[in-house]
Amino acid sequence: MLILECPYCGVAAEETELAAGGEAHLTRFGPGSSDDDFETYMFMRENPKGVNFERWRHANGCGKWFHAARCTMTLEVFGTYSAQTYEPPADLIKAIKKKRPDWPGYGAHK
Amino acid sequence: MSTRLSNTGRLVNRSAVKNFTFNGKKMQGYEGDTLASALLANDQMLVGRSFKYHRPRGIVASGGEEPNALVNMGEGARFEPNQRTTTTELFDGLTCTSQNHWPSLEFDVGVANNYVARFLPAGFYYKTFMAPRAAWKHVFEPIIRQSAGLGKAPKEMDVDRYEHFYAFEDVVVVGGGIAGLQAAKAAADSGAQVMLMEQTTDWGGRAPVDGAVIDGKPADQWIDETVAALEAMENVTLRTRMMGAGVYDHGYITGYERVADHTPGDGRPRHRLWRIRAKQIVTATGAIERPLSFAGNDIPGVMLASAVRDYVVNYGVSIGEKTVVVTNNDDGYRTAIALVEAGLQVPMVVDARSEVEGELPNKARDLGIRVEAGKAIGKVKGGKRVTGVGICLQNGEGGALEEVKCDAVAMAGGWSPVVHLWSHCGGKLIWDETQAHFRPDANRAPTGANGEAFVLTAGIANGDMGTTEALASGDAAGKAAAKAAGHKASRKAAPKADVVAENAMAPVWIMPQNAGPDLRMKMWLDYQNDVKVSDVQLAAREGYESVEHTKRYTTLGMATDQGKLSNINGLAILADSLNAEIPQVGTTTFRPPYTPISMASIAGEARGEIFQPLRKTPMHDWIENNGAHFEPVGHWRRPYAYLQDGETVEEAVKREVKNTRRKLGLLDASTLGKIIVKGPDAGKFMDMMYTNMMSTLKVGKCRYGLMCNENGFLSDDGVVARMDEDTWLCHTTSGGADRIHGWMEEWLQTEWWDWDVYVANVTEQYAQVAVVGPNARKVLEKLGGMDVTKGSLPFMEWAEGQIGGFDTRVFRISFSGELSYEIAVPASQGRAFWDALMEAGEEFGVQPYGTECLHIMRAEKGFIMIGDETDGTIIPQDLGLNWAISKKKEDFLGKRAQERTFMTNPDRWKLVGLETLDGSVLPDGAYAIKEGDNDNGQRNMEGRVTSTYHSPTLGRGIAMGIIHNGPDRMGEVIEFGKVDGTMVKAKIVDQVFFDKNGEKQDV
Ligand SMILES: [Zn+2]
Repeated sequence: MLILECPYCGVAAEETELAAGGEAHLTRFGPGSSDDDFETYMFMRENPKGVNFERWRHANGCGKWFHAARCTMTLEVFGTYSAQTYEPPADLIKAIKKKRPDWPGYGAHK
Repeated sequence: MSTRLSNTGRLVNRSAVKNFTFNGKKMQGYEGDTLASALLANDQMLVGRSFKYHRPRGIVASGGEEPNALVNMGEGARFEPNQRTTTTELFDGLTCTSQNHWPSLEFDVGVANNYVARFLPAGFYYKTFMAPRAAWKHVFEPIIRQSAGLGKAPKEMDVDRYEHFYAFEDVVVVGGGIAGLQAAKAAADSGAQVMLMEQTTDWGGRAPVDGAVIDGKPADQWIDETVAALEAMENVTLRTRMMGAGVYDHGYITGYERVADHTPGDGRPRHRLWRIRAKQIVTATGAIERPLSFAGNDIPGVMLASAVRDYVVNYGVSIGEKTVVVTNNDDGYRTAIALVEAGLQVPMVVDARSEVEGELPNKARDLGIRVEAGKAIGKVKGGKRVTGVGICLQNGEGGALEEVKCDAVAMAGGWSPVVHLWSHCGGKLIWDETQAHFRPDANRAPTGANGEAFVLTAGIANGDMGTTEALASGDAAGKAAAKAAGHKASRKAAPKADVVAENAMAPVWIMPQNAGPDLRMKMWLDYQNDVKVSDVQLAAREGYESVEHTKRYTTLGMATDQGKLSNINGLAILADSLNAEIPQVGTTTFRPPYTPISMASIAGEARGEIFQPLRKTPMHDWIENNGAHFEPVGHWRRPYAYLQDGETVEEAVKREVKNTRRKLGLLDASTLGKIIVKGPDAGKFMDMMYTNMMSTLKVGKCRYGLMCNENGFLSDDGVVARMDEDTWLCHTTSGGADRIHGWMEEWLQTEWWDWDVYVANVTEQYAQVAVVGPNARKVLEKLGGMDVTKGSLPFMEWAEGQIGGFDTRVFRISFSGELSYEIAVPASQGRAFWDALMEAGEEFGVQPYGTECLHIMRAEKGFIMIGDETDGTIIPQDLGLNWAISKKKEDFLGKRAQERTFMTNPDRWKLVGLETLDGSVLPDGAYAIKEGDNDNGQRNMEGRVTSTYHSPTLGRGIAMGIIHNGPDRMGEVIEFGKVDGTMVKAKIVDQVFFDKNGEKQDV
């Protein structure tokens, strides 16, 4: 059972307090977008073995959505940060690279 | 025979006699006994039958690894099957019965399976499934059902109480042997907050039984002093009768405390599940002795050497008068020595090693025990009890050299560390060649949230076999855990023990080494599931190379003991059959819990009335007291119908529909979701949430709206009211408010965070009553206050004001097709307002109505219901709701998805009304049948029923359904399949069955 620190209220929240929200930093494609773009937005999800960026909500707490960077293999948590950003903070990316030198970096797979 | 000795038993209190029964037979034991030791003291060695062959089974171990001695415990509401006698504390009045035999334990018909064993080999079930189907149904299944299964399922509701506890610790130490005690002491001395748990009733583990001497004192004394020191520390919690059940991510560990198993009915909770967060965990879980594989090693009287020793030293119980010890290591000699020192006979120690020297073997020889090196047991003699053993050469084929009479065999096959808790959360193992066992690999420990190890291991669980080594590793683990938890490690030195030198063990996986098929067929690996050496070898020959596959194919390790005894021996046989090394074959996966825990402890307090919270509207009590027949809706109970004297539910529903349509009905609509959307950008946001244009809705007006998800499918519906320039009130489905509120929050927080909008779920702040029927206006006018005439408050508008002295917000909306006012009042005034309406409405024929009446009236009007007409694959266009989808808006949630070719395909099934030709009610969910078959040989279909009722208004069955090209096929008759295989004909009609022009609601 995971513990993630909510960046809004500062609580180290148990997994039972949280609701998972899938992949982070998706770009929404609405009317006028191509079928391929819409399909990617709607259905195509990363499933990396290793560093992953995802959305969580402190559902049974302050109610805020936030982002978490986590290793899907070891469940190591590299950090949590605001939901209101288009990509992970630079210092977090730097810290992950230091811990995981083999990691290709944020967005490398896209 | 097994019996109670007069001179030993460090754990039993002979002054406290406990009476109990086994299969109705009266027996006596002492305080401190386990049920197993008490049964043995009464010469009850035979305790059950094996799963497949129904072979007689005796007690083989003294702890949680016991595979055989499972019994039905207790009676009635305290009956529980599969209770392990070796971990059951004896108490006065205990009753138990043996399992898995018919008709009796002594005489079992199923033992016939034993003689057809050749036809029940590994994979028997799978091979049987391949046989003709009829053979399975008429031959194999009845036999298997009769002979399989362990205990009986309880029939009565459990009367005991269970609970959850929560704890947060720096360091949790699992296992109260000397390594665990020292780990706890070292961590506590370092200032850490420590919890130490021990699954048995007593501290100290095996050290006192093995005669360890610590810091110059007998182990018992050192243990007492250490426990006393820990008890005196404020930063230490000590718990016996508590097993470390499972280790999970990020330092989560569960403890299973058997609070009152030994004092049933004393008012305390029976079990307690501890849910603990630990910064660091130390597993000092000890080790389990392995059996040796020789022919007849399952005959009652063959027991682990350590268990034989435990029963003599701890409980003063001898397993037999003459015990042959068979071993591949020095530790087995401790049992021989303990037996002789207790005045019992050990005719021979059979040692598989060719050279036997060393402190313990020589001590045995000095005591006059005959030690035979390089020998093996070729065969055990006896049926329900050992009568002797045939001795042969270990490196031979089993030719008997001599026969030794005995009534017990103690087998010492080496020790396997209990690595379960280490492994639960990903800790890896290393194969130790010297000890022939897997032990934790400290370099590959389970890691936590920060990427650092959070589990340490100590003592024999870590493969530290000597007493001094065990104490040293416990001390080191305690200090390291405290340090990792943020404390400064204590500088106190670890205690030291007297060293007993032991020579190397020899891995012996079968006995004798070159045993032929006849012997291998009688060498048991898994006693409960009847898996033998020959079964694993057969699986390997048939191509099962993966240990996980072999496990499932043979059922090795799948019994209630989960392979605690059989695992390593089975692996070794498999590795040998595959010509592979043991570490290459690897182990099966260790999963929590360590030993089975009660389902009730997992449920804890969440049962009966507090299984889940019950939401109550302000009118709940009135509803309950006025004949409500309830149905669950979300977390509420809503009245399905209100029963009057002598009425059936069906009759009540009919009456409610008729009364509401003719006179006046009241519905408690408080469960309706109510969400406020407010802010400068609220209009823009509402236009994204709903398919309709909501930004143009005028203040004071209401509009029915649809919400879709991004995949285009209908998600919710309800009436929206514009409150003021920047405020909208959204009504959602009952039970949908939390979900929709969360949905709105998600978009506002994660996509449009720069929009100035605030949403609040005010569902419980208001009580809401639907006042429905031709007399609706009359009752409101009688109560007096605001003007509710059509001129002042027309259909689809709302207004605020006073009615009968209550502060109300009145919506002219109708889900029934009748003149209808939905009136919200502050929740605190809900009941009083309801009472006022009931009283004032009496002269107008007022009656309350329930949810079924609501459903029927909406179906008569052709209104859709989320969850009936929708199922997560329906878009609004399927339901003919195009009028509610804005064509002007550039964007709304679901718009892009609805433009996909499949969504615009004219072949999608579309909503229509359905009328049976015979007036009957169509079966719910029934499919419309079309000519021809599909590729699977099933009849083609062209639609299905989504809602179906008997309409009291029309006196016939009415239904809605989605049908291929439905709206273009008005008047056509199609067929629906019924559950009984017959067909029913129905005509496609307009879905609005009643008051097609909507005249009644707009008056
Ligand atoms: Zn929070």
